[in-house]
Amino acid sequence: MVPLSWYLLLAAALFAIGLYGFLTRRNMIVMFLCIELMLNGANLNLVALSHYLQDLRGQIFTFFVIAVAAAEAAIGLGIMLALFRNRRSVYSDSITSLKE
Amino acid sequence: MAEPFVFDVASLALAAPECFLVALGVLLVCAEFLFPGQRLLLPALTMTGILTTLGLVLAGSAGIGFGGMFQVDGLARFFKVVCLVGTVFTVLLSQRNRQVEGMRHGEYYSLLIFAVTGMLVMASAADLIVVYLGLELMSLSIYCLVGLLKHDLRANEAAMKYFIMGAFASAVLLYGISLVYGLAGTTNLAAVSAQIAGRDAASEPLLLAGIGLLLVGLCFKVGAAPFHQWTPDVYEGAPTAITAFMSVAPKAASFAVLARVMLAGFLPIHEVWAVLVAGIALLTMTVGNVIALSQTSIKRMLAYSSIAHVGYALLGVLAGTEEGLSATMNYLFIYAFMNMGAFAVVILLAEKGQRRESLDDYRGLAASNPMLAALMLLFMFSLTGIPPTAGFIGKFSLLMAAVHAGYTGVVVAAVMLSAVSAYFYLRVVRYMYMDAPAGGKDVGLSAGVAVALGLAMVGVIGLGVAPSALVSLASQAGIGFP
Repeated sequence: MVPLSWYLLLAAALFAIGLYGFLTRRNMIVMFLCIELMLNGANLNLVALSHYLQDLRGQIFTFFVIAVAAAEAAIGLGIMLALFRNRRSVYSDSITSLKE
Repeated sequence: MAEPFVFDVASLALAAPECFLVALGVLLVCAEFLFPGQRLLLPALTMTGILTTLGLVLAGSAGIGFGGMFQVDGLARFFKVVCLVGTVFTVLLSQRNRQVEGMRHGEYYSLLIFAVTGMLVMASAADLIVVYLGLELMSLSIYCLVGLLKHDLRANEAAMKYFIMGAFASAVLLYGISLVYGLAGTTNLAAVSAQIAGRDAASEPLLLAGIGLLLVGLCFKVGAAPFHQWTPDVYEGAPTAITAFMSVAPKAASFAVLARVMLAGFLPIHEVWAVLVAGIALLTMTVGNVIALSQTSIKRMLAYSSIAHVGYALLGVLAGTEEGLSATMNYLFIYAFMNMGAFAVVILLAEKGQRRESLDDYRGLAASNPMLAALMLLFMFSLTGIPPTAGFIGKFSLLMAAVHAGYTGVVVAAVMLSAVSAYFYLRVVRYMYMDAPAGGKDVGLSAGVAVALGLAMVGVIGLGVAPSALVSLASQAGIGFP
């Protein structure tokens, strides 16, 4: 049996990798992938804790999160597509028509 | 532990406004599909629906439903009213703004309705799962609304920035929720509160991390510094009616969650998170007021002003008392009127092909449009917090609440920064009244905007002269302070 702490560490690692990638990458698609990584870190946390606590709430929550993330991906990629059609770029450095 | 989940009619009756709004949103999609030529059908349906929902919210009874996940109480009802009032304004402003921006999408109104549904769910959320779902329903709808003008580069960019930052904030929030779930063993806020009441939170770093991440996620959503960077760009790029909407309704809903989570969930360890909130409030007020000084676009200036106002509103949450909470609630209600009024003027000035969003466009407005200039003057005075406008009452009660809770230092800073804010609000007034007109401005009046302006004026003056009704309503929040 794998102890709970391993799962929590893996989840924290996923979240940290996602956070690092989000802050350092400049490609919008990769930034979005990093957000998904962070979400999955949280999901893993919820499922592992749910099993540990013998409480179903965490697992139910995870299903909701997965469903919401799917909707989010659809909307996000839609917005990115619209931007790409007008700009031909998905790099955040080149998107600067709004600034101080 | 939590009571078993039951799906019963009593719970459904509690959620009647939300159920009605979902039905309305679906109906609007169908109406757009079936009667594509009817220009006024959708706004009329939306307005009727929102007013009906307002009635349902006010007539509904208090209670807890869906196995403790959904709660209707004074707090929920008040914030629902604020969100719905903000939406009423938005619908009034939309018709004109949509004409000017050339936006003909029928899904506009249904997205608006779904966003409001999310906000009402947030206001009633008594469980972290419901908090997350309401927040996402609101955010996803607003991402679409911001980016609805697919061929406008500025709208694309605003939507992209809002989406990336919003999704990031949700992920951070969710990770915080997962930590709190692990340490409290439940997602129900009342149960979480009971769980951590007896513990020494300062010695549990994971619990602190969970609360911190939750707070960060919520601060992103309300646009508090240092998580405010998306606000000016998104406000500038979005269609103005949606900017007005975003500055009021989602903020109110996020504050409802902030109040519910921090005050109902984590009140037992108030002294631990109060330091953090005090710092955020101070930084938010400073950033908002100081950067607003150097803005040349009225939409960007109002964006920084909205950041500053979030800082003021945080003072009530910081106080952690019944008085503080009701002051925050009052303030958000008053803010809805004054900010919507200011945005109504901005929308009215814009013409097809001419955004007129620069501060220079306001030079000499008093000579060409004395009525409009007088109204803008009123809203600017109220945003500054000059009596007898409502803005003064709101700010005064917030500062009093924070002083009573013992945060004198923060209040002193707030008052000083409020004086700074007078510069950029009154600069608009100076441009309007003391400068020579820069070209004639023929302003075509629209019925919707006129009604919105009238409503905002009545609100700002009425709540400023006779605030007692509002204050007594807000003080009935009753989320059980010890």
